[in-house]
Amino acid sequence: MTGARPPGRIAERFAGLAAEGRAGFVPYVTAGYPTLDHTRELVAGLAEAGADVIELGIPFSDPMADGPTIQRSSQGALDAGTTVGGVFEVLAELRGRSEVPVVVFSYLNPIHSRGVGNFVREAADAGADGILPTDLPLGADPDLEALLSDSPLDLVRLIAPTTRPDRVRGIAHASQGFVYYIARTGVTGARRELRSELAREVAAVRAVSPLPVAVGFGVSTPGHARAVGAAADAAVVGSALVDALDNGGVSGALDLARALRTALDEVGPAVPPGTDPA
Amino acid sequence: MQTGTANGTAETGRFGRFGGRYVPETLIPALDELAEAYAQASRDPGFLAEVDRLAADYVGRPTPLYRARRFEARAQVAPVYLKREDLNHTGAHKINNTVGQALLAKRMGKPRIIAETGAGQHGVATATACALFDLECVVYMGTEDVVRQSLNVYRMELLGAEVRPVDSGTRTLKDATNEALRDWVTNVGDTHYIIGSVVGPHPFPLIVRDFQAVIGREARRQILEVEGRLPATVVACVGGGSNAMGMFHAFAADEGVALVGVEAAGEGLGTGRSSAPLSEGRPGVLHGSLSYLLQDADGQVAPAHSIAAGLDYPGVGPEHSHMHDTGRARYASVGDGAAQAAFRELPGLEGIIPALETAHALAWVAEAGGRGEIEAPVAICLSGRGDKDVVHVAGLGGGAAAGAGA
Repeated sequence: MTGARPPGRIAERFAGLAAEGRAGFVPYVTAGYPTLDHTRELVAGLAEAGADVIELGIPFSDPMADGPTIQRSSQGALDAGTTVGGVFEVLAELRGRSEVPVVVFSYLNPIHSRGVGNFVREAADAGADGILPTDLPLGADPDLEALLSDSPLDLVRLIAPTTRPDRVRGIAHASQGFVYYIARTGVTGARRELRSELAREVAAVRAVSPLPVAVGFGVSTPGHARAVGAAADAAVVGSALVDALDNGGVSGALDLARALRTALDEVGPAVPPGTDPA
Repeated sequence: MQTGTANGTAETGRFGRFGGRYVPETLIPALDELAEAYAQASRDPGFLAEVDRLAADYVGRPTPLYRARRFEARAQVAPVYLKREDLNHTGAHKINNTVGQALLAKRMGKPRIIAETGAGQHGVATATACALFDLECVVYMGTEDVVRQSLNVYRMELLGAEVRPVDSGTRTLKDATNEALRDWVTNVGDTHYIIGSVVGPHPFPLIVRDFQAVIGREARRQILEVEGRLPATVVACVGGGSNAMGMFHAFAADEGVALVGVEAAGEGLGTGRSSAPLSEGRPGVLHGSLSYLLQDADGQVAPAHSIAAGLDYPGVGPEHSHMHDTGRARYASVGDGAAQAAFRELPGLEGIIPALETAHALAWVAEAGGRGEIEAPVAICLSGRGDKDVVHVAGLGGGAAAGAGA
């Protein structure tokens, strides 16, 4: 399934990180919050601030996997009139000035509503590299999953702390681009602490994953980023950036992004267990 | 109790193309565990006997099938039978499901229960089952419904449940369901989610249908006893659709029986103020399953509206979507005004105060009967009693007993 496709921007970026011995920085942005103009400025700034992959979130009316922060930003984006088409326009503008890989993060219904084929084509035309449907677990809809994984976009899949070991392997092998490990059993949202078991769990995923592993959910501070960067291939930061955007505008969010980037550069290479970094 | 898994849904999680498991990965192991536990329980004579015993001794089953002669005169169709689910303990059909699922939670060793509620009937029924089985209970309820159904909030608290108001989105059943799912994602290890309708990810639509199917099994047997024939028309209101599916399931194989689900047209189809996804929605994914859904062109879920909090939901159970597409059931709709009129009318005719949800089914029978468009015998699922709605309807004005039996 993955073998026939040429390596895209995401694979190239992770290969570059591995070669440099650096951990990746993956910021999440709720597209259209507080407006698409802010998003336009924010994603360009994130690319300059050293984002390795940008997760561009399509706002959805019923974000059941998200905590209060991203619920609020999603509703705010919709209240501001954000549409899927508008998000793709902002993405296309970004692509005019940056090669940063972009993963479109969405609940399934906006994808389904547009027609999966249409959605994927429009996203790819706008310059997206991957797609991450929050509510399409492995095996949920084989036909739809095949449409996505055979598309030009990398279908990024999620693994949770509750996922059983046999399924972890299956998901890691079905994923494309990278694997997203959910750092805790719960919804998105900034947290004070990461769980102490996280490094061990990530190591277990990396041991069976042919792809780099990014870790998100609750990764909020430079200290968290350092800890995640030491265990995983990349750290995903979402709610904390939305909070920073609320408190300090785009410049506030970019200040946090730079601090996270610096923290990730301070950790050494996270060598995947059981692999030969040849 | 009997379970109906002959159509393969237990294995595929699908009703035709509808249903499925569109949920965050975190929930997959819990859904697998639940499906497995339910499959075992539904083959365990001890479990089934316990469900039946509680139905008889605690819930008060079988409920009567009552011939409503004065309503027949009003609706110009006869005979009309009311399946009296309002006479169940806690006043609605919801307890059929909550007792069964609470037993299942006990069996799975989950000490904590969560639920969503709209009208509050499912919340009360869940709180009741949790009291009975000594389970911790948290009920999510939209703040708009907390206001509309304050009596039920107090009932839940009396029963020992914690009611958590949900102030996001439209502040109704949809948002309460989102919040319950978020709780479940977070506390999935020790918590069972007793979903209140035939909605949600597989295996919930199957489990809820099976626990509610007792309604139709009894009604079918009862009408055969008194009429010596099957009903020509079976009618029930549809929000998520649990009382309707419970009523329909036993008749699904009886090809001569017309099944009619009545959705809430709210302020009217096409006004953007309705709760009738089968009438004016299109397939989409909400709360873990693919089904008809009210949504805008961009796939954002559209706000629903109905005078009846229990119908105020933009989605519908996937099996209803399947029955809609296959034509096995047809789905009509009734607006706020007609439902309110039926709510005010039945008490004076029959001495029965129906829930506002149920009033939609009654109003449709009265309207269709008046036009001569309904075949008798008719069996209506009287899904719940209307005590919870009395204060709300009184507040709408128009006086009590407007038009009743005059």
